Amino acid sequence: MALAKDYASVMGRSNDIQKDALGLDYAEFETSPIAFDYDKLMTSTGYTLEEVNRVQSQFGVGNTPLLEARNITKLARKYAKPGYGARIFIKDEAANPSGSFKDRRAACAVYHAKKLGYKGVMAATSGNYGAAVASQAAIQGLKCIIVQECYDSHGVGQPEIVEKARKCEALGAEVVQLTVGPELFYSFLSILEDTGYFNASLYSPFGIAGVDTLGYEIVMQCREKLGKDPDMVVCTTAGGGMTTGTARGVRMAGCDAEIVGASIDLSGLSMASDIDFNKKSCTTGHTGFGVPYATDPDHSDVPRSAARPLRYMDRYVTITQGEIMEMTEMLAQLEGIERGPAGQTSLAAAFSLAQDLPEDAILVVSETEYTGAGKHVQPQLWFAKENGIEVKLGDPKDEVPGKSVVLPSSPALFQYKEADIDHFRQSLIKKAVKKAGVKPSDSDLEFLAVETKTDVEFVKKTLEENGLL
Amino acid sequence: MAKKGDWVRIHSIVLKAEERTAKLPEDTKKCDLEQWTKGFLLADAEIGDEVEVETVVGRIEKGTLIDDFPYYDHSYGKFVPELIEVDKVLRKEMAEIGGER
Repeated sequence: MALAKDYASVMGRSNDIQKDALGLDYAEFETSPIAFDYDKLMTSTGYTLEEVNRVQSQFGVGNTPLLEARNITKLARKYAKPGYGARIFIKDEAANPSGSFKDRRAACAVYHAKKLGYKGVMAATSGNYGAAVASQAAIQGLKCIIVQECYDSHGVGQPEIVEKARKCEALGAEVVQLTVGPELFYSFLSILEDTGYFNASLYSPFGIAGVDTLGYEIVMQCREKLGKDPDMVVCTTAGGGMTTGTARGVRMAGCDAEIVGASIDLSGLSMASDIDFNKKSCTTGHTGFGVPYATDPDHSDVPRSAARPLRYMDRYVTITQGEIMEMTEMLAQLEGIERGPAGQTSLAAAFSLAQDLPEDAILVVSETEYTGAGKHVQPQLWFAKENGIEVKLGDPKDEVPGKSVVLPSSPALFQYKEADIDHFRQSLIKKAVKKAGVKPSDSDLEFLAVETKTDVEFVKKTLEENGLL
Repeated sequence: MAKKGDWVRIHSIVLKAEERTAKLPEDTKKCDLEQWTKGFLLADAEIGDEVEVETVVGRIEKGTLIDDFPYYDHSYGKFVPELIEVDKVLRKEMAEIGGER
């Protein structure tokens, strides 16, 4: 008998569909209603750093160049106090086959799908990950479907996302596009169930293990080129995979560099709003993903996300859309490297962070991404104007997401904003306990301390203050 | 008239506005959840007809035929004068600090 395909029926089968589509039963990692064994989840699939490196090398992924941004460093030093302004290096992840670091995640996910005998892979993403999965599916010989949130209710697409759809199709994938709303997950599950494809989730353990090599390469390249370790690594933070994997790799290399997460400030814009959808001038790398995924990692398309940035992040900073757009221009004009804007989130933050560090310090920006029609400063700013957003030169502090994009009128005005990371840590602790609906045990408190890179005292204090202990 | 085998784009309503039960902002609640995909048309049809297509992965999908031989028209957008201003600022800065160019 054919299965009922209405919304309630498909969503009701969500757990079974996901289990079948991942070849992984998350129940075996659960240790209490609050805690689970993260390390066991990460090692369960057998993807050690060596194995990931072997898989990625086989499919043309990784070992991207580490470029020194000499002129951008010089400019940062102009605005730093004497003796300050770290050397800025950029990991040119656009050199991966589909043009972003997401190839690292896709290579492992698609490899794993093939190993388990799946005929195709699916991913729900409006970002570069779609192109990465499509590219790896093409290389490794599997079919591929990408589901993306692309249009508002007037059928107007975000130029950045439309370009990503084109790229996925160019790489042989089917692209299913939807209007705004979280029920995209229903369409995704329904097709997953019909096709029996593998869920190449961004948040699977192999997807995150795929990023470990990025952090490891950064440290090894610094040692080789400069004879020393990086002092700071800045990672764009959206779903949290980049930050989690890069930090893991940095630590695996025995390096204790400060890990800074950076997101584009889109505060005030609702991610599920039809009207706000096209008022965004950047569709990824922003706080609309960064904050909810950091503070509640397990609301993704897998039962337990392997991307848990608060386990690794030392600091969380934000930067504006205007600063990112101008940094993209700066990279092209000053360094001769033309790349996509969203990939410059961490570089825009780094330009300002470098000014806090001494000149002999090494600061590494963990990514770049490809650029093209739609996914470029010019069309993204033009689209902003078309949607009534004011674009002007001025002080980026005056930017109001959804109302204005302010390009710094002088490089002196680039200034990251320090987010209150302890507030996010408290938020994670509260959400985890409330969701479980039980009184946390001693081992739960320890789990939450590791989850937030804090200690048991911090966790206890947070819970006591909120009447949860 | 679109012919059997043509590469086409189809549209469908996944959920009507009143069927949407997820937690949504008020503006999104008023909208249908719409979906588009592309494939090879399985039988001759006119624009606006309910049709079936076979997608590139071999899936059969139903929907309203909206476009025969669809193409992308996203672009680099129109002139944005503020960018030229920014470039001017950056070139001046580089000249001042003796950038390597």
